[in-house]
Amino acid sequence: MTLPVFFFYIFSGIAIASAVMVISSRNPVHSVLFLILAFINAAGIFMLAGAEFLAMILIIVYVGAVMVLFLFVVMMLDVDFADFKRGALQYMPVGVIVGVILLIELLMVAGSTFVSPELAAGSAMPINNAVSNTQALGEVLYTRYVFLFQGAGLILLVAMIGAIVLTLHHRKGVKRQDIGEQVARNPKTAIKVVKVKSGEGL
Amino acid sequence: MQGETMNDLLFDYLPIIIFLALSAVIGLALLVAPFVIAVKRPDPEKVSAYECGFEAFDDARMKFDVRFYLVAILFIIFDLEVAFLFPWAVAFKEVGWFGFWSMMIFLGILTVGFIYEWRKGALEWD
Amino acid sequence: MDSDLISFASLAPAYPELFLAIGAVVLLMAGVFIKNASARLVGVAIGMLLAVTVLVIIQPATGVLFNGGFIQDDFARYMKALVLAGSAFALVLSVSNAVDNGIAKFEYAVLVVLATLGMMVMVSANDLMVLYIGIELQALSLYILAAMKRESARATEAGLKYFVLGALSSGMLLYGASLIYGFTGQTQLDKIAEVILLSDRSVGVIFGLAFLLAGLAFKVSAVPFHMWTPDVYEGAPTPVTAFFATAPKVAAMALLIRLVMDSFEPLAKDWQQIIIFLSIASMVLAAFAGIGQKNLIRMIAYSAIGHMGFALVGLSAGNLVGIEGVAIYMAIYLTMNIGLFACILSLKSNNGYVRNISDLAGLAQTRPYVAAIIAIMMFSLIGLPPLAGFFAKWHVFLAAIEAQLFVLAVIGVLASAISAFYYLRVVKTMYFDAPEQEFVPIPGELAFVMGITGFLVISYYLTVGRTLVDFANVAAGSLF
Repeated sequence: MTLPVFFFYIFSGIAIASAVMVISSRNPVHSVLFLILAFINAAGIFMLAGAEFLAMILIIVYVGAVMVLFLFVVMMLDVDFADFKRGALQYMPVGVIVGVILLIELLMVAGSTFVSPELAAGSAMPINNAVSNTQALGEVLYTRYVFLFQGAGLILLVAMIGAIVLTLHHRKGVKRQDIGEQVARNPKTAIKVVKVKSGEGL
Repeated sequence: MQGETMNDLLFDYLPIIIFLALSAVIGLALLVAPFVIAVKRPDPEKVSAYECGFEAFDDARMKFDVRFYLVAILFIIFDLEVAFLFPWAVAFKEVGWFGFWSMMIFLGILTVGFIYEWRKGALEWD
Repeated sequence: MDSDLISFASLAPAYPELFLAIGAVVLLMAGVFIKNASARLVGVAIGMLLAVTVLVIIQPATGVLFNGGFIQDDFARYMKALVLAGSAFALVLSVSNAVDNGIAKFEYAVLVVLATLGMMVMVSANDLMVLYIGIELQALSLYILAAMKRESARATEAGLKYFVLGALSSGMLLYGASLIYGFTGQTQLDKIAEVILLSDRSVGVIFGLAFLLAGLAFKVSAVPFHMWTPDVYEGAPTPVTAFFATAPKVAAMALLIRLVMDSFEPLAKDWQQIIIFLSIASMVLAAFAGIGQKNLIRMIAYSAIGHMGFALVGLSAGNLVGIEGVAIYMAIYLTMNIGLFACILSLKSNNGYVRNISDLAGLAQTRPYVAAIIAIMMFSLIGLPPLAGFFAKWHVFLAAIEAQLFVLAVIGVLASAISAFYYLRVVKTMYFDAPEQEFVPIPGELAFVMGITGFLVISYYLTVGRTLVDFANVAAGSLF
């Protein structure tokens, strides 16, 4: 058990440290990069918990795609973030109170597992190690949970519609290439013979 | 609860741990070596940008066109779609025809989304 | 594989959802391939929603599908009929003013249909995961609808605000759901109840329950999770607000009812405290906060918050009469709001649509028909007999008294009396102030919606009342 514990502390230590850096670093680009580091370490923790598939998806989707989008947004918003953050300190007391409440709640939940450990141990779904994580997911996701699966498909469709409705705008007066139209042209449609009288021009 | 299997699982990832450690060592070595070995004789003229060149240390942020964002978000959506394909491929033998058609409907919905994008001209860069 | 889907016929209880999903995809494709079809597609979408409403009403197929994830019972059918009719009417309200409100795009109809589909999934959810998928499908569509008027900074702000707070509420919901799964080992609602019944009262489950309820309170905009409501209602284009104020509220309320009645029945004492708190806070805050509002839509937002509080009175009782009361309340609330929004959307002057209560000044002289309908709706929202709003409140207060929640009932009646102040102020402005502006003629379909809702609200006791009570009784009965 020592090896997983060792890695757990490495991963969670780096994750917490980089989470602190996300909110404390001056440069928002650094914040995003630290967030990526935090995600990678979270993936490591997932791995230790036996959730290989989640770990990989976290890296592919979050690190690979979502964080790239974050970087875009940070760059697109040409805002002086240092100026932005200056006022943030005045919310510190409220933030501390919320943080303490959350901590107490977490401790209480954790505490209840110590108070009645048999409940947590007995009823939580044990991980089946006979088949790999991804396979176990695949065996139920498309059949048993087909309704959820198709629902997820529709949510992705809504996301596509939303992205286009909210951001797409075509510039006026841009001439696009239409290959079909170009190929379909023939002399009849393309050439016009005009008799020009001398001295008058067109 | 399952210490043995856990260790087995981690041993499966031994190569990548070694790889990560190796890359960290090489990366750090290449960072540290110049500080130790390289000759440093800075001079205001030498370190300043040459004529119309870029400033070496400057805010790199600038306004991007919002279209980059659209491309990125459409990429994420298809990335998520692909994420659903991995378990399907792994469990393909077990899920049978029902699982096959279930995935086909899912892909069908997203193909409809793709046709929508295409027809709207979201994939063009005008 | 252990799948219960052997044939297409076995899917019968889910036909309405299936039909709507296929319809949404077809609408999307039609919109993208047919040029300038957005107005016609709205018509098709309305027809589709009404057709599915009829299908839900006439098709008695009930049952549990998709390995326990989806349930169609009489309660679900009742609520789905309300949701579908509400969405269809909200679309009708948008027809005449889509161009002015920047929503004259075919995506509008598609998103309304997809949001409605999400709401139907919410109503039929029998599993924490299905519940979440339904909520997200609905909410994501609503965020887009709120921000659809892109050139308006207010609408964009409303969309963003709605999105951020909606994401927060989803996060709380997921946190609660994962706690409940962690402590019970089940995600299916009825199985959660079995586990809770067999084990002792565990702190973890109660925490999960509290988080779930907080997340859902956001969706029904109950105090203290109501902050987004006035801003979003005001910022979003008004036809979109009409949609926000009707169908999603019904769906969220149905979901809340099923969740607490199905899975947390053994913990009734625990969730009742939370629901009673939400109910009292919503009723009282809305009654006082509504008074200060000058903007008509903000006032309606506070009115919506207050009415959610009244509906929750019925749920607090937790008995058959209470659930029946909530079911009746939601139907009447839906009718009143659709009528009210039809009135507001029909009032367009040369300076644009009415925004403030003072814009209604002298409406009784310039537009007597609209003024009369607004007055009827206001009196009904107060709960004056013999209008429908009175019977709505009567049913939920009756349930509270039966459950011996006397304090709750008294606070409810008092809040109702205080809120009368701001409703009556609208009536006073219309009937006793001098007219200031001329309005353009009322579009025909809005006059029709006003007429029909006005008729239903006035003649509730004589016409639809008894039928509605019977339906609500059957619907509530299927939960016990």
